[in-house]
Amino acid sequence: MYRYDEFDRDFVSARVAQFRDQVERRLTGEISEDAFKPLRLMNGVYLQLHAYMLRVAIPYGTLSSRQMRMLAHIGRKYDRGYGHFTTRQNIQYNWPKLGDIPGILDDLASVEMHAIQTSGNCIRNVTADHFAGAAADEVADPRPYAEILRQWSSLHPEFSFLPRKFKIAVTAAENDRAAIQVHDIGLQLKRNDDGEIGFAVYIGGGQGRTPMIAKKIKDFLPEADLLSYITAIMRVYNLHGRRDNKYKARIKILVHETGTEELAAQIEAEWAHLREGELKLPDADIARITDYFAPPELPARAEGWAELAAWKKSDSGFASWVNRNVRPHRHPDYGMVTISLKPIGGIPGDASSDQMDVIADLAEQYGFDEIRVTHEQNLVLPHVALADLEPLYRALQAEGLATANSGLVTDIIACPGLDYCALANARSIPVAQEISERFGDQARQEEIGDLKIKISGCINACGHHHVGHIGILGVEKKGAELYQITLGGSGDENTSIGEIVGRGFEPEKVTDAIETIVSTYLSGRTGTGETFIDYYRRVGAAPFKQALYGDTAAAA
Amino acid sequence: MTGKILTANRLIDGVSVWFSANSEWVENIHEGFVARHEEAVKALEVAGAAAQADNTVVDANLIDVEEGEGGLRAIRLRERIRADGPTIAYLPNAKNAPSSSRAA
Repeated sequence: MYRYDEFDRDFVSARVAQFRDQVERRLTGEISEDAFKPLRLMNGVYLQLHAYMLRVAIPYGTLSSRQMRMLAHIGRKYDRGYGHFTTRQNIQYNWPKLGDIPGILDDLASVEMHAIQTSGNCIRNVTADHFAGAAADEVADPRPYAEILRQWSSLHPEFSFLPRKFKIAVTAAENDRAAIQVHDIGLQLKRNDDGEIGFAVYIGGGQGRTPMIAKKIKDFLPEADLLSYITAIMRVYNLHGRRDNKYKARIKILVHETGTEELAAQIEAEWAHLREGELKLPDADIARITDYFAPPELPARAEGWAELAAWKKSDSGFASWVNRNVRPHRHPDYGMVTISLKPIGGIPGDASSDQMDVIADLAEQYGFDEIRVTHEQNLVLPHVALADLEPLYRALQAEGLATANSGLVTDIIACPGLDYCALANARSIPVAQEISERFGDQARQEEIGDLKIKISGCINACGHHHVGHIGILGVEKKGAELYQITLGGSGDENTSIGEIVGRGFEPEKVTDAIETIVSTYLSGRTGTGETFIDYYRRVGAAPFKQALYGDTAAAA
Repeated sequence: MTGKILTANRLIDGVSVWFSANSEWVENIHEGFVARHEEAVKALEVAGAAAQADNTVVDANLIDVEEGEGGLRAIRLRERIRADGPTIAYLPNAKNAPSSSRAA
């Protein structure tokens, strides 16, 4: 794992000291709320409905056990004993007191973490494939490049006041698990015919009120040019991105209004000035950062194969969990384990401090001290020997963390919604809970197969509803909650934006509508081999509209 | 009958508070002072601005409420959730409790 160098330590501790002073001056009234608000936002502090909220960055979703224990400690000491893992691989605390936040930031700094750039119109936490460094299908570990981007973008003076926030995601596999095509910049690490590493570069993706799929503007950017080319993109965006209307300020609108080709040409022209300059990445620097991410030495544990087969045979619950939550590792004796934060009827992404401590212990015991946060609000132990899966499962089960639903209908993404968020128009969590309970039966979930439901409580789309196979968007209509359903979205290498199926549903009718949609799929699919999204792509929305609205369908 | 009350978040901890008849910021919406005519509304606006200026609270707003047998009830769902807290069993020991009523 990456370890802070002197520069990292200095800038984080300087920032904590600076923010402590700002908080003190705010509490004594020396600075006004208007002056303080942008300062607190730069340090990840929001004001929600019931309290402040602190968003802590988890760079590329990678944590050590020590860091996870600190997250647990913060939840226990300063909050209400839990935290919420988000779709940007971060964690949020919902109840911190303003005066405590500098202390929290001190605690975070002690484990090389911070909350800088988790808000504001700057380059946010860079996200990456949660299976990075373990997946069999990746070209190379994408995290060293995410780390290089983190170092470059942290407190970058030129890019601290962009027209709007800016999100970068990196993947290194054809099977995109980082949703790169719905990011401001998406990077797909690849090798060219000569075996050199570079990136396919996508820009202008995003969700929110104007969802757009990113456009590829470069097939192969050599790794040495990563920072110069991204700087060129940022410069063009910083100069020409709209500042007159916050709803049109993201780079996706600039791409759309300028045209991909024209914008790519502008970026190319800017890059020509930068390419051979100081931003060129020396091989030695890339190698130095990459060394931090060297995979653990994984001893052969071939005994796991036979044991696993026997355990699966004797325990169908364990078999289901392995089938859904364990994916092949690049080492044949190991697996990548998803720890579901989606217990049936639970709150997506929430983990108690006690659970975080247990996960930290288990990561140490069975997982080479590594934990990942997924953008689907689960956790991952990326390197677990097959021979250790059974005891790991038992330990997770004891903490309510062994739900065998990864990628199934109850593995729902939901934003905090109107239960917490000041921007929300409707609740998300209770909708997720009701759907989870309705479809909680394991055999039924498995019969339905891969199906991603994503729920947002407002058009900002933190719950990624646009790329849900089934997306649910909460709106406020005539003072009441109403839920629009979209179908056919997908946030992978075949990214698509879901289409609104028809008029919205009252809260008490949403789960029935999902049931109708699922039944329509089950009765229409060619077999279990045709997933929900495959079926939708084959038949379109018509059978769903018919089933939901009958002949009066789809006026809305 | 509907009226207006003054609400805000306390600066020190962000907790939702309402302005009472005793000119205090209280954590219970039912103790909120209800302005039923224009002059009272203006007085609340002044109180809100003053409390923000002296850094007691932030985000002071007037909201619509109706008075019933159970006390004050905010008209907007958002404000009812602010008054009552999250509608879900969010505390760790209540983690797997069934979801609570939608009728916040």
